[in-house]
Amino acid sequence: MAKSAKSAPDAAQAVRIPVMQKVLDNPFLLLFLGVVIPTVLYIMWGLIELTQIPLAK
Amino acid sequence: MSVATAETGIIGGIAAKFRTCPATGLKIDLAAEKLIKANAVAAVVFLLIGGLFGLLVALTRWPAVHLLPSDWFYLVLTAHGLDVLLLWILFFEIAVLYFASAVLLSCRLATPRLAWLAFLLMIVGGLMTNVAVLQGESSVMFTSYVPMKAEPHFYLGLILFAVGALVGVMVFFGTLVIARDERTYEGSVPLVTFGAITAAIIAVFTIASGAIILIPTFLWSVGYISHIDTVMYKLIWWGMGHSSQQVNVAAHVAVWYAIIAITVGAKPLSEKVSRTAFFLYILFLQLASAHHLLVEPGLSAEWRIFNTSYALYLAVLGSLIHGMTVPGAIEAAQRKNGFNNGIFEWLRKAPWNNPAFAGMFLSLVMFGFLGGISGVVLGTEQINLILHNTIYVPGHFHATVVAGTTLAFMAITYLLLPLIFQRQVIWPKLAMIQPYLFGIGVAGISLFMMGAGTLGVSRRHWDITFSDATVTFDYPATAFLMMGLNGIFAIVASLGGILYILITVGTVFFGKKVDASNVVASLGPMPEKQVSGAVHEYGSAGTWHLPGTYILVSVFFLSFVLYYFVNWKYLSEVWPLS
Ligand code: HEM
Ligand SMILES: [Cu+2]
Repeated sequence: MAKSAKSAPDAAQAVRIPVMQKVLDNPFLLLFLGVVIPTVLYIMWGLIELTQIPLAK
Repeated sequence: MSVATAETGIIGGIAAKFRTCPATGLKIDLAAEKLIKANAVAAVVFLLIGGLFGLLVALTRWPAVHLLPSDWFYLVLTAHGLDVLLLWILFFEIAVLYFASAVLLSCRLATPRLAWLAFLLMIVGGLMTNVAVLQGESSVMFTSYVPMKAEPHFYLGLILFAVGALVGVMVFFGTLVIARDERTYEGSVPLVTFGAITAAIIAVFTIASGAIILIPTFLWSVGYISHIDTVMYKLIWWGMGHSSQQVNVAAHVAVWYAIIAITVGAKPLSEKVSRTAFFLYILFLQLASAHHLLVEPGLSAEWRIFNTSYALYLAVLGSLIHGMTVPGAIEAAQRKNGFNNGIFEWLRKAPWNNPAFAGMFLSLVMFGFLGGISGVVLGTEQINLILHNTIYVPGHFHATVVAGTTLAFMAITYLLLPLIFQRQVIWPKLAMIQPYLFGIGVAGISLFMMGAGTLGVSRRHWDITFSDATVTFDYPATAFLMMGLNGIFAIVASLGGILYILITVGTVFFGKKVDASNVVASLGPMPEKQVSGAVHEYGSAGTWHLPGTYILVSVFFLSFVLYYFVNWKYLSEVWPLS
């Protein structure tokens, strides 16, 4: 945080990594989002609609 | 004889042999290197086969030539889609994933044995499906819509291939874990690797969708399942069919960033902005699969509009961001390289005679102007109606997946040959014109197919004269002209493709060995006679003074808006109200 003249390793520890950067640095969290979102919004929602089509008599 | 030094690194109790790249200083795992070579070679072989099929298709659709009889036409069309879209692209992408993980992170590849198993599965699967198609009973086109039924080994081959690709993707993720645990990089991974992560994530969803639909379809073809619902098939199939194209987009954008980093030393304008753009891909790009079902009955307007309009535009926003930051990064780097005069000196004096750079830039421009704009038009529920299932669709996706992805992959090949294969490109003069030749050809086939599609010509149609049909239809003469021009440009594109294959194969077998003394020269003309660390380091260019890029982007937006509204106008003329 503070841009004071700390010694290098100390400074590295003190830097607070922004939340968004943490998200982007976590490939498995991204993998989770990238699989769950389309599965729910595209595939499951779509399948639910298809199963509700009445059968022809 | 390998010139670079090989050393054995024992990390985490596992021995891996590395060499140090004389151009970039990266430590290259020799096992990863072999796998990259194998996958890239397989890719090129299938490009050759599939590209020749493409030429045959185009020559058949040229009315004056009408080369193949109808049954052969549909067979060859099926083989074309399969070999280029699936095999060429995916083998190359696996090579890109291994490069972006093991090589760019100076790390050993996770489980090389599994990676070889993946390769084997992909080869066996790919060959099996090819055999099925060539036997003649599986001309179901690339999409293989049920209730058309192919031979069981058509589907089985696809499944094996997909499993192989999935294993390859897992090896990539495993390598990321190793690199993090063994601290071969600090902080965040480089942007090119981040782009590859995006591609790999979309690939997981892609392959999972493929498995969900192809396994039952296989069982149905064998006779164990009696019925597969056609709309359900389309829904899940396009989860694969569309998303796989988004794997391509993410991969070729990563390849763009890699090429500009190596050839002109370009750093991303802002790591934050470019990563956010990739993040938009991860979240939204796959939802746009719904644009393939815009005229399908049974799905609500809410589902369609949510998945295409809202989600698709957020994903397009990602592409628009890259469309600005890629040329912007080039401009920033070139201005630093000393080309600071006027608005466009940076562009005029870019290394146009370096095939890697030239191919990359053509890929960028054509992907944006031809593929991107037509994609948004096709993805809009209302104007989709005037173009759906016309040859406009292949026109559009040859701009994305051929002018965009294929050309980008060709371009980076000119860097991989010296860096990974350690060979100097043979025939540098011909290599210099290759991207232009291929680019002009592909621009032609895209534009003329789109032109014919606007006049109503169908895709996947053997005879637009309807010579033996009971109900006939007369297309305007211009439509025939367009299909003829498409044939001519298909020949140009094929020449460019063949040249690429001759150069790469020739280089692998006969190219001069590369060593520390000539490695940088082997990368082709570059403004700085050295490779900067930009490709494997984290860090932004730190400038937004980009007058040239702002002008280019404005031209793009203007074309976009005009073309978009022209299509609404066409639509309004379909049902005159007077
Ligand atoms: C020499 C280069 C190429 C030429 C001349 C060419 C030409 C064509 C033509 C004329 C069609 C048929 C349109 C129709 O009748 O519906 C077609 C379809 C297609 N092409 Fe290409 N193409 C080339 C390269 C590629 C490449 C490199 C890719 C992929 C990376 C590709 C992917 C496809 C796909 C997926 C189809 C659709 C197949 C189907 O409808 O099932 N093409 N191509
Ligand atoms: Cu799509």
